[in-house]
Amino acid sequence: MSETPAILELRDVQTRFPIRNAWGRRVSWLRAVDGVSMDVARGEVLGVVGESGCGKTTLGKTIAGIHKPSGGAIRFEGNDISRLSPREGRAFRRGLQYCYQDPGASLDPRWTIGGALAEPLVIHTTLSRAERAARVREVLAAVGLPEGHLDLYPHEVSGGQQRRIGLARILMVQPGLIVLDEPTSGLDVSVQAIVLRLFLDLRERFGLTYLFISHDLAVVRLMSQRIAVMYLGKVVELGATDQVFTAPRHPYTQSLLAAVPVAGGRRVSAGALLQGEPPSPENLPGGCRFRTRCPRAEALCAAEEPALRRLAGGGQAACHFAE
Amino acid sequence: MIAPMDADLLSIRDVSVSFTTESGTAHVLDEISLTLRRGEIMGLVGESGCGKTTLARTILGALPPNARARGTAITFDGRDLLTIDPREAADQIRGRAITFVPQDPFSAFNPLFTIGDQIFELLRWKSPDREAGERGYPRTRRRADHERALALLRRVQLPDIERLLRKYPHEVSGGQRQRLMIAMALLPEPRLVIADEPTTALDVTIQAQILRLLRELAVERGVSVLLTTHDLGVAWEICDRVTVMYAGQALETAPIEAFFRAPALPYTRLLLDSLPSGENPLRGIAGDVPNLVNPPPGCRFHPRCPEVSDVCRASRPPTSEPAPDHLVRCHHPLAVP
Repeated sequence: MSETPAILELRDVQTRFPIRNAWGRRVSWLRAVDGVSMDVARGEVLGVVGESGCGKTTLGKTIAGIHKPSGGAIRFEGNDISRLSPREGRAFRRGLQYCYQDPGASLDPRWTIGGALAEPLVIHTTLSRAERAARVREVLAAVGLPEGHLDLYPHEVSGGQQRRIGLARILMVQPGLIVLDEPTSGLDVSVQAIVLRLFLDLRERFGLTYLFISHDLAVVRLMSQRIAVMYLGKVVELGATDQVFTAPRHPYTQSLLAAVPVAGGRRVSAGALLQGEPPSPENLPGGCRFRTRCPRAEALCAAEEPALRRLAGGGQAACHFAE
Repeated sequence: MIAPMDADLLSIRDVSVSFTTESGTAHVLDEISLTLRRGEIMGLVGESGCGKTTLARTILGALPPNARARGTAITFDGRDLLTIDPREAADQIRGRAITFVPQDPFSAFNPLFTIGDQIFELLRWKSPDREAGERGYPRTRRRADHERALALLRRVQLPDIERLLRKYPHEVSGGQRQRLMIAMALLPEPRLVIADEPTTALDVTIQAQILRLLRELAVERGVSVLLTTHDLGVAWEICDRVTVMYAGQALETAPIEAFFRAPALPYTRLLLDSLPSGENPLRGIAGDVPNLVNPPPGCRFHPRCPEVSDVCRASRPPTSEPAPDHLVRCHHPLAVP
């Protein structure tokens, strides 16, 4: 773990959703995020990976204040933001922005691009009109768009440019941390590479910290310094990117990496595969949640849930047998 | 009607498809030529909007009404699908000799009927035992079809099949739905399965299971598969040959090893270099996919191509064969070792 102070600290964060029956009575809880503790250092890119339903998006939205946590603490720049009212939270959230899968899709079609970009400054700052215009031009140049676009409407520019404008709008208020939720899913590889490069350039230029949520392991490997692997609401492995990819400790990480096809490499569908599908998060198995698919499961795994623990050589894993 | 076994199963010759839209005529496929051999898995790769799904639908004869297909021929097992009688196609080709695995297995099911109802309704009309033009559903065929369905569902590793057949589509997981779709595509004992991005909606661990299943079943039944995908990793997993498309033109066809190791087309090289990996730095392809209403003349990739010259703007390149079984349509192909 790096020495720089953490910009974001998560302590046993939980987000639960009620499951209701046909009469609206709550019958149980869906534990989408179930006790996540980790730190994000200032300036780093922390990748969060996992399959659909593992809670990675819910975790990102909980951090950004879109979902209210059911338990635990979220400290952003030292302040606990998990229990604030929306009004109190606004001041802190300026520094913590959430970027949807396609940031361009959240542009209002009836606002010019210049108007959409200046609006966050109107809400969050006391800058004068001229200062706002200067800031808009600066950020627009940073995302690689010409100034002439300021008077256009979103439908007049291409999809890729809309995406850049959406990103520019997030950058207007000078956030410290951006939660990027599947920022490249649905993009073709040739465009994806350009978008990823833009993320790295912007991070350098504005000193940003990213929480990079993605199901695409190759992309996360390229972008992140550290990686958290999630399975059914829990972080099962956390460590430096190189370590997680070259010497994964948790059996789930091992199986996940073994299933990613690599063009020109070994064929994964010819090797040993993880059998079965993840259990429903509404009805989790007791003990370790991965034991129903784990090749190493023993009686101990059903009896006792392994905690995320530090391992010799750096990194953490939540497995009884990891070493 | 049995064609000689050594012939190609499917042969597409210079087929173009255009769509009439509000903003003009979109030239979505431009003189596509492609052959598919018996028992092989052909990958059709390309970025979104390159026409791979349109090509799949052209073969199936399932184009929307505003589309028009022209060309020399689409020969399938000795019959020309461009000129075939629509009733004959519906009765003997579509859903029988050529079947389809969709990208999204959820919207392909009717949510109001159980999975069992939908499988047996399919078999009533598309069973391999059904005589051409047969109207009823005789009891002996019904019993044989039932056995056939259970055996195949077991083969695609679905658990607790009797109960599964009584479930509705929303009650099973995405991976199971895709297993069901593959089973339903194989039940009519087709000679060609068109799989349109069959694993895009699935997680990687499930994707690996489905790809293996598709390959195993295709090999053990001698079925040809046309697999469209935007994911080069998926194509690498199970295909024998790969064709790359760009903006409605088929530009390169090569055996799988050659395609990934030594592509002759500059676009393929750039596409492979865009894949995120630890070794190469991030490189994309500058520029945008062209507008198909008013496509660039000549080779449609020329506005983004690093090897471009005047001849690329003036004319479509002829097909050349830089190595055995390796076809490329480019004026300036890369050297193949």
